[in-house]
Amino acid sequence: MKPTEFMQQQAIVDLIDGMATELKIRLQQGRISDPVMIGIHTGGVWVAKQLHQTLGISEELGTLNISFYRDDFSRIGLNPQVEPSNIPFEVENRHIILVDDVLQTGRTIRAAMNEIFDFGRPASILLATLIEKDGRELPIVADVVGMKPTLKEGDYISLTGPDPLTLVIGKPSKDSEGQKLT
Amino acid sequence: MMKGNRQTNSKGQLKHFLSIDGLKRDLLVEILDNAESFTSLARQGRSVKKVPLLRGKTITNLFFENSTRTRTTFELAAKRLSADVLNLNISTSATSKGESLLDTLHNLEAMHCDMFVVRHASSGAAHFIATHCAPHISVINAGDGSHSHPTQAMLDMLTIRQHKADFTPLRVAIVGDILHSRVARSQILALNTLGVS
Repeated sequence: MKPTEFMQQQAIVDLIDGMATELKIRLQQGRISDPVMIGIHTGGVWVAKQLHQTLGISEELGTLNISFYRDDFSRIGLNPQVEPSNIPFEVENRHIILVDDVLQTGRTIRAAMNEIFDFGRPASILLATLIEKDGRELPIVADVVGMKPTLKEGDYISLTGPDPLTLVIGKPSKDSEGQKLT
Repeated sequence: MMKGNRQTNSKGQLKHFLSIDGLKRDLLVEILDNAESFTSLARQGRSVKKVPLLRGKTITNLFFENSTRTRTTFELAAKRLSADVLNLNISTSATSKGESLLDTLHNLEAMHCDMFVVRHASSGAAHFIATHCAPHISVINAGDGSHSHPTQAMLDMLTIRQHKADFTPLRVAIVGDILHSRVARSQILALNTLGVS
C-alpha cells in the first residue's frame, strides 16, 4: 500500500505548540525552572527543535542516536548514516525533557534512557511524543502527547521531514520495519 | 587459501575479517562509516565510556606472536563495546606444553567464546582457524606472517578519509620496509578497492 498523507506541516506545528503549552504546565507542577531537552534522531529531533524554541530553553538542544543501545542490533545491524549523539550539557542532576516523534512499543525510549544514564544520573526525565500509538511492549508512558490518532490495526505512522514536516500512514515496508523500533 | 567471499555470509555481511582481498568497496565503506560513528563516543563527555552492543559476547584474543599495542587496542575496543575479553598469550600457554592448536581452539569453543582475534607469525593462520572453528564463531585476523593485517589497514584508511574526503584522486606512497610488510599489502588492497589507482 502506498503511504497516504495524514497531516501536513501547519497542523503538525500546531500540535507541537499544544505540546509546548502542556509541557509548561508539567514543568510548573514539578517546580522545574531550568530543564534541558534531548531529541531522538531523526524525527524526534525535528519535533524537539520546535519545542526547544517555543519553551525558550537556553541550553543547546541535545540529540541522541540510539543505534548502539537498540535491543534488535544483532538482527538489523548499525545505521551509520544517522548522526551521532550530541549532549552538549552535563546530564548529572538535570531535569530532562526527552522528545520523540512516535511512541509505540516503548523500545526506543528504553534504549534512549539507557544511553542518557551512561552520560550521568538525571534528576528526572519527562517524555514528550508527537504521536502515541497502541502496541506498548514495555511499561513506558508519555507525559505529554501531541495526538493519539485512530489507526487501523497494522497501520504504520511516521514523520517525514524536516521541511516540510508530514505525517504519513502506510503499511511498513520491509525496510522501514527493520529500521523502526518506536 | 580462503578467498575473500568466504569471509562473508549469504547476505554479503562479514562473518570473518581475514583479509581485504575479495571484499567489495561498499563493504569497506560500511566498515569506515561504522568506525566513524564510534569516534563520537570519545567526544561526548559520557560518564560511562562504553556502549552495550556486544554485551554478553565473549571475545578471545589469541596472540601467538608478541604484540602489546595491537592486543591492548583490541582488548579496549571489545571492552568499550561491553564484550567480555579473554587474553591468551599462546607462547606461554598450553601449546608450548604440547597441546595442538586445534585442541586449544576446541577448548575455547567449549567455553562458549563468540569471536577469536588471531595474531600469528605464519601466513594463513587466521584462515586456518576460521576454517576449523565452530560455525558460530567469527575470526578477526590481527596479523598473519607477511600476508595480511586488515584491521590496521582499515584504521589507516579511516585516518586518510578523515583528512582527504575522496580516495579516487589520491596517489599514495607507502614508505618503509614494505617487502615483508603485511600492513602494506593490506593497505594496497584497501586503497585499490576504495578507488586509488
